[in-house]
Amino acid sequence: MTAAACHDTGDTAPSASSSAAVPGRPQLVLAGNPNVGKTTLFNALTGSSAKVSNYPGITVESVRGELTLPGGRVADLRDLPGTYSTNARSAEEQIALDALIGLPDPKNPGGIHAPDAAIVCLDANQVARAAYLLLQCQELGVRCVVALTMVDEAGPAAPDPRKLAEVLGCEVVAVTARTRRGLDELCAAVDRVLRSERRATWRWQPDATLRARLDAVRAAFPDDWRAARRYGAELPASDDAVALWGLTCLEPVTGGPDDDELDVPAAVRAAVVAGPPPRDDEAVLGRWRWLDREIPPLITQPPDHSRTERIDRILLHRAAGFGVFMAVMTVLFMALFWWAAPVMDAIDQGFKWGGDQLRQLLGDGVFTDFLVQGVIGGVGAVMVFLPQILLLFLVLGFLEDCGYLARVAYLMDRIMRSMNLHGRAFVPMLSGFACAVPAILATRTMERRRDRILTMMVVPLMTCSARLPVYTLVIGALIPGPRWVQALLMVGMYLFSVLTALIAAWVMSRTVKPLKAKRLPFVIELPPYRFPRLGGVLRMMWGKSSMFLREAGTVILACAIALWALLYFPRHLPDGAPDYDALIARAPTEDARTSAVAEKQAIQLEHSYGGQLGHALEPAIQPLGFDWKIGVGLVGAFAAREVFVSTLGIVYAVGGDADAGSEPLRQALRDAKRDGKQAYTPLVGLSLMIFFALACQCMSTLAVVRRETRSLRWPVFLFSYMTVLAWIVSFCVYQGGRLLGFG
Amino acid sequence: MPLGKPVTVQAVDGARAFRRRLLEMGLVPGTPVRVVTVAPLGDPLRIEVRGGQWSIRRAEAAQIQVAPR
Repeated sequence: MTAAACHDTGDTAPSASSSAAVPGRPQLVLAGNPNVGKTTLFNALTGSSAKVSNYPGITVESVRGELTLPGGRVADLRDLPGTYSTNARSAEEQIALDALIGLPDPKNPGGIHAPDAAIVCLDANQVARAAYLLLQCQELGVRCVVALTMVDEAGPAAPDPRKLAEVLGCEVVAVTARTRRGLDELCAAVDRVLRSERRATWRWQPDATLRARLDAVRAAFPDDWRAARRYGAELPASDDAVALWGLTCLEPVTGGPDDDELDVPAAVRAAVVAGPPPRDDEAVLGRWRWLDREIPPLITQPPDHSRTERIDRILLHRAAGFGVFMAVMTVLFMALFWWAAPVMDAIDQGFKWGGDQLRQLLGDGVFTDFLVQGVIGGVGAVMVFLPQILLLFLVLGFLEDCGYLARVAYLMDRIMRSMNLHGRAFVPMLSGFACAVPAILATRTMERRRDRILTMMVVPLMTCSARLPVYTLVIGALIPGPRWVQALLMVGMYLFSVLTALIAAWVMSRTVKPLKAKRLPFVIELPPYRFPRLGGVLRMMWGKSSMFLREAGTVILACAIALWALLYFPRHLPDGAPDYDALIARAPTEDARTSAVAEKQAIQLEHSYGGQLGHALEPAIQPLGFDWKIGVGLVGAFAAREVFVSTLGIVYAVGGDADAGSEPLRQALRDAKRDGKQAYTPLVGLSLMIFFALACQCMSTLAVVRRETRSLRWPVFLFSYMTVLAWIVSFCVYQGGRLLGFG
Repeated sequence: MPLGKPVTVQAVDGARAFRRRLLEMGLVPGTPVRVVTVAPLGDPLRIEVRGGQWSIRRAEAAQIQVAPR
């Protein structure tokens, strides 16, 4: 085993390896095309030892597990992202390539090892295409074992494993993960391969011109790029393959979202760009010529796709297809919007109840308030997302597993394309109506980082359920007119959000450099329909949800506690304030007591740091028609938009448990005066709703974007552009409305 | 590409990365292709290549030169 060396120091000590890889164990990778049952096989091989985490720096999941070989030896197995080729341009494919060749990664010293062997999944229905990846792995010098998957599905169309093994020059084991058929044989084959030094050769020969280019690039390799270091053996063919990858994938272009993932020594890059880029035909067509000669004789019967064909005749039908699509999306939307609600309420109530119990146990005090409102409230703020996230990943897992998610992209691509979005962005955008947090997690179904980030940047514009209480309060309190006008305004806010999200995507894909569309083909496979596997779906659902709790949850919790402190401290009342404690103690009736408590809370909030911040914000938000009280509400709403309502409840001394339907709060808003005039006109209400529609008033969204992009740049960008946009549009609405004589 | 008719790939044009991706997925000259259906909104196309089905946009499919089989 060779440890990948750190770039700067040349340190090859195995102790430099990442914590996930146990030194001394054989390092195996599982490679293959997408949709070939790779993950199912991985789960069957590793059982409960699988751990989902992220590759450092990017949102590509790294799944590792343990594999027990015959004789009890334990090996580490990594599930690589599904890929059709190792000629990487995207970050995802780069991961697969890095793992296969074990190039050093300066960002993650020692983290990537050349694997001791690779298990390559070959779909028995698609042998030639899957074998293309195998040929590339073999060119790189990786010792391979083929797991022939989907054998049961292919039936008589599956090739004979023994004949295939002869042709491919490596062991081939037919496996059925569901029944565990062939798994022991696969482990035994891996064990044999680990003991042998046999490596397959190239199936095509570069011509003289390409040969000279390969030699020139190879000569520029630093030591830790050479096979001697990566594999611990002199393998000229492997060095050639890495040089070929360089000639194929490193172009003189710099910048762009994918390029900063590639960290290549300057000498290698210089050697690559020293000549004209070679045509790719020689390598690609060379491999395909070999495959088209060797593979077809092994396939005696074409695979039977009649079932998929029959289903697609309905599901992709002009009319019926859209009907089914609408039905599926409605179910998804209902699940997120309504079915999750009772559970979320229960979680909310549960944490409230727990807080009350704790308060009774400890008695009132600053520490109790910290525990109850800060910590328990913060944990509740994280946990409340769990029902929606679990449900979303359950539905997405089923749709992905049975093959329908790719069809959604096919059906919606025309609409999404016009905004330069990926066809698969549709599901996250729809989920955004429920909550941006699960919606941002759902962007993972897209392969390219650029597509994912662009979707993340516009999803928070969708009218999420947390905006509803704000709209309900504002419309109920400030917008006069019959019910249907109010209802129409609510519908208008939904349409407005869809429109702004689509326009924002269009504008950003043309102006923000890393989000500009690249000329990569939008080619997605429409896999055959398969029965989803409940175990795999549940496992994925739990893996992703627990990752959310671990990584985003901690940030949300920290923000919630900080925000609580901001609105809680300092505790002392200003000079000249009435002695509320005495008033509360002497209150003749329960009503008088409640109102005294509410007044004390209002005064305390006004003089808290958050309240002072609200005052400080007033000059900035006055042009939008807002006063400092709304400013305090905006500060509070950063925890979650609906908190705006309860914060206003405290500010207006009607109590912190006021909800959007609270008549005293609505009356207080209508009666509010500024300079003797009505403070909140219908125009202010409209301006406020526009502000809420556009501003990124949600720390959880920002925490999740930070976690998903692994950078501060994107959450800062998201917050800035949305806040600026919100300010400008609200300004135009309010000042324009005043010019026109409203309010 | 005509709808439903079996054709053969003659050549693939376009930018390098785009072209390489299609070639690597098996759309090499001589490969039989068939447009199975067009999406309800007119784009993309569903094509059948080497026993698998893909969704590909019209503008991209236009880069693939084909001849009737």
